[in-house]
Amino acid sequence: MALTREPIEPGSLRARQMLARDMLRGDLEGFELEQHVEQSLLLTTLDKAVAWGRSNSIYPATFGLACCAIEMMSVVAARVDIARFGWEAFRASPRQADLLILSGRVSIKMAPVVRRIYDQMLEPKWAIAMGACSSSMGVFNNYAIVPADKFMPIDVHVPGCPPRPEALMHGILKLRKMIQDDPDMGWRERYDAEGTEEVLEGAEPAGA
Amino acid sequence: MPDQVGLELIAGQLASKIPGAVRQTTFFRGRGSVEIEPATVRGVLASLRADHGYRALMSVHGVDYYPQEPRLGVHYELLDMERVDRLTVKLRVALAEPRVESVTPDWPTADHQEREIYDMFGVQFDGHPDLRRILMPEDYEGHPQRRDFPIGGEPVLFTHNDATGPGWTR
Repeated sequence: MALTREPIEPGSLRARQMLARDMLRGDLEGFELEQHVEQSLLLTTLDKAVAWGRSNSIYPATFGLACCAIEMMSVVAARVDIARFGWEAFRASPRQADLLILSGRVSIKMAPVVRRIYDQMLEPKWAIAMGACSSSMGVFNNYAIVPADKFMPIDVHVPGCPPRPEALMHGILKLRKMIQDDPDMGWRERYDAEGTEEVLEGAEPAGA
Repeated sequence: MPDQVGLELIAGQLASKIPGAVRQTTFFRGRGSVEIEPATVRGVLASLRADHGYRALMSVHGVDYYPQEPRLGVHYELLDMERVDRLTVKLRVALAEPRVESVTPDWPTADHQEREIYDMFGVQFDGHPDLRRILMPEDYEGHPQRRDFPIGGEPVLFTHNDATGPGWTR
């Protein structure tokens, strides 16, 4: 088989690889070295990098309230698959979770429990109100149901009865964008929901 | 179901055994029901179980007949499992003194159902071993399934009505 040599186009991937090899050998100097460093580095702030990492590794709490929870489960399955965005690890403990999805109606008896679960989650934490019931009580405009905005800060409301998995996925992507851009809307101060993690008396702090 | 004649026979036997127990009988769309004097409920149910074979209390219901008086009602659905025969026993109590004798000592299945009727309609069951709310929070005020209970619960905070709220969405 004949070996053909093709000229290396300047700016191609192959040319950059050759440059990187030369730099590792110590053959690059002066203007070429500066240009190579400038092309190879990506500058960002630490906050943005952290936000990018957070937004791509959210652990939602395993927490279903009603029929919306069925749609929430199917978000994890193959068709919609939130694993593509690193959100698939549902944690069974609020201590390990970053996201609370209120998937269904919250009764006035359940509201203190939900709030306590939210308070037990460690910062940073977010909450999605999924479906009409947890946002505006939906069809249950009666004595038993309370909207989530009444007792805890909600970052994203997903409308629907129940929302299709695609709708929840849309909300999740909106929240992902929100985490990346990190607009502090002041929700948690308004709901008195900062520093609410319960620490046991006399417990050793981690790393002590 | 007992047919209309059978229903009258049952009512007649009840009335002769417990004088003044039966107020009226209704036979509607193939279902027989006996309305009884509230004070005699335990005797009537015991007699229906012993003499007529209605050995299962399938359910206990609360009713609000607003605006009629006496307003509150309790329905007992009885079942004869051998003949697959059902009978409804109804009673009415006034809102001013909604007291009914509990049938839980005779029919343990009525325990939670009477608690639910107490929770939702405010009917007091005398002799119930543990009469407290079962669904609503223990410090809840009012009985929400009464017909004059206001519809609508917590107001929803939308941006257009948040002026009256705590200002969280502002």
